[in-house]
Amino acid sequence: MDKTPNQKAWFLVLPVLVLVAFSAVIPLMTVVNYSVQDTFGGNQFFWAGLEWFDELLHSERMWDALGRQLLFSAIILAIEVPLGILVALNMPKKGVWVSVCLVLMSLPLLIPWNVVGTIWQIFGRVDIGLLGHTLAALGIEYNYTQNTLDAWITVIVMDVWHWTSLVALLAYAGLQSIPDAYYQAAKIDQASRWKVFRYIELPKMMGVLMIAILLRFMDSFMIYTEPFVVTGGGPGNATTFLSIDLVKMALGQFDLGPAAAFSIMYFLVILLISWVFYTVMTNLDKKGS
Amino acid sequence: MAKITLDNLAHSYLPNPGSEDDFALKELNHDWNDGEAYALLGASGCGKSTLLNIISGLLQPSQGRILFNDQDVTHAPTTARNIAQVFQFPVVYDTMTVRDNLAFPLRNRGADADYIATRVQEIAAMIGMEDTLDRKARGLTADAKQKISLGRGMVREDVNALLFDEPLTVIDPHMKWELRTQLKRLHQQFGHTMIYVTHDQTEALTFADKVVVMHDGRVVQIGTPQELFETPEHTFVGYFIGSPGMNVIPAKVDGDRAYINGAEVMLARGYGKLQGDIAIGVRPEFARLSDSEGLPVKIRRIEDVGRHKIIRADCFGTEINIVAAEADEIRADMTRVAFDADHVNVYANDWRVKEEAA
Repeated sequence: MDKTPNQKAWFLVLPVLVLVAFSAVIPLMTVVNYSVQDTFGGNQFFWAGLEWFDELLHSERMWDALGRQLLFSAIILAIEVPLGILVALNMPKKGVWVSVCLVLMSLPLLIPWNVVGTIWQIFGRVDIGLLGHTLAALGIEYNYTQNTLDAWITVIVMDVWHWTSLVALLAYAGLQSIPDAYYQAAKIDQASRWKVFRYIELPKMMGVLMIAILLRFMDSFMIYTEPFVVTGGGPGNATTFLSIDLVKMALGQFDLGPAAAFSIMYFLVILLISWVFYTVMTNLDKKGS
Repeated sequence: MAKITLDNLAHSYLPNPGSEDDFALKELNHDWNDGEAYALLGASGCGKSTLLNIISGLLQPSQGRILFNDQDVTHAPTTARNIAQVFQFPVVYDTMTVRDNLAFPLRNRGADADYIATRVQEIAAMIGMEDTLDRKARGLTADAKQKISLGRGMVREDVNALLFDEPLTVIDPHMKWELRTQLKRLHQQFGHTMIYVTHDQTEALTFADKVVVMHDGRVVQIGTPQELFETPEHTFVGYFIGSPGMNVIPAKVDGDRAYINGAEVMLARGYGKLQGDIAIGVRPEFARLSDSEGLPVKIRRIEDVGRHKIIRADCFGTEINIVAAEADEIRADMTRVAFDADHVNVYANDWRVKEEAA
């Protein structure tokens, strides 16, 4: 059948094109534009080529921040995923307590980042904070503004407090979709509790768990507000993660060129790691390990 | 293998059952003999699956006891009862191979590796899946998955009983026959006590030595296929078994005569004084059209189903069915129906009335 060419159809796609252009393409291109230029203010720009990228790749500051960032994401994933699954497994399956649990679990998720930061900033203070003061009274030395380890523990516990619910809720949704017959069959087959988890619950949760891990990875890799409010990146640079460093560079020092190059590399790293995660996990899923 | 005794058993899904209507399974006393094959037949929601789940321990009964070989297991968990059960919809362990699926119940019991290997091979041959043993169970058809479920149910030789909860619902018709035959052969070979839940009368009648018919949470009759056909103890058995079901016609009974709207029907036996709603039940196979004797009927239509003809007719406002042989001629003046007196049963409030001793 012959198709009638009708170029008017382009007008129908136009709104989407405009929307995407203004929300994503143009801002991204601006950053790309900045990353290859230098400026001394006064809206005057000079071509710099790949100089900023080269400089960043040899900058200890960037590599340190990346290292801290990876460590942070690895730690919170290693805690939040198993903990979230454990919580989900222990949540009631039916009855009035389901809604109670769900509401309680979603509460931390509803609190804005900077409020979470403020809560923990005050909570941990040695002079007036419940946690800090109690620890001090027990004779435990704890000061997140001066001790690197304390600062890390605070930031990690804060993130676990804030986001484990997300993993738990997603895992819970996965668990709820398993028909009773599976558990009954497992009982008939005399499977142990571990085997029920390993061969029924885990495979059925795999899909949502993958989403949970991806979300938590991306989010933690871009974390800014909470550690900024609590520690401000300190003591020293101990909790200066990539975002904090980037903001310092772009807005603190107003180094637009290096900051733009930083942003692009940051973006590519997240993209790369997310892709690796996704590929590895879908393969695991296919092979069924 | 075991004899299973149900003692005073009843179950309600409500925490505080009041009237009898609250019980999904009404009070029941019954022995399932060791090594017999039973079919549990009834309409959906009549309590068949409830009974099965109580036997396997997935459900705790509200009252009564269950005994395996006279040993009380009412409160024993499923894992301690050593029972195999196959469910209506396939349950397979997705991430395992077919082989591992079949071996799973044996491995959980710590069976010897050589034994597992040979046993899995035998079962695979039985369900016709030897070629797919090393495939992942995920992605197989519902058919194949259900065969794995069946295989997993049959893999243990020492089970106390094998329970099937409408296991062939999702299976292809031609495979159904084959699997049912396999189950039957398995039963003859190993002599397991088997209970097979179904709502399909053909399935029940071909599989079982004894058929247990349930209706509304109650066991209404336990008998051989022939008993169910010839002397249904409850009108439900009459309706449910047979195609078409038994004719039930409201009547007055006096001695060895029944009266329908004043017309007389001879009975083979005498009955005493009867209480409640009285009716007579006659299977369509024991009714015939006639031009001279019996009750007047108005013929609505005649269906030729190949082997025989089914005549749908109206008898004093009650719809009745008559089965006539394929060769029988049906003439316009045949406006009466006669019953075979030996096969007319009398029902009071839906339960069959025993005749008076002669």
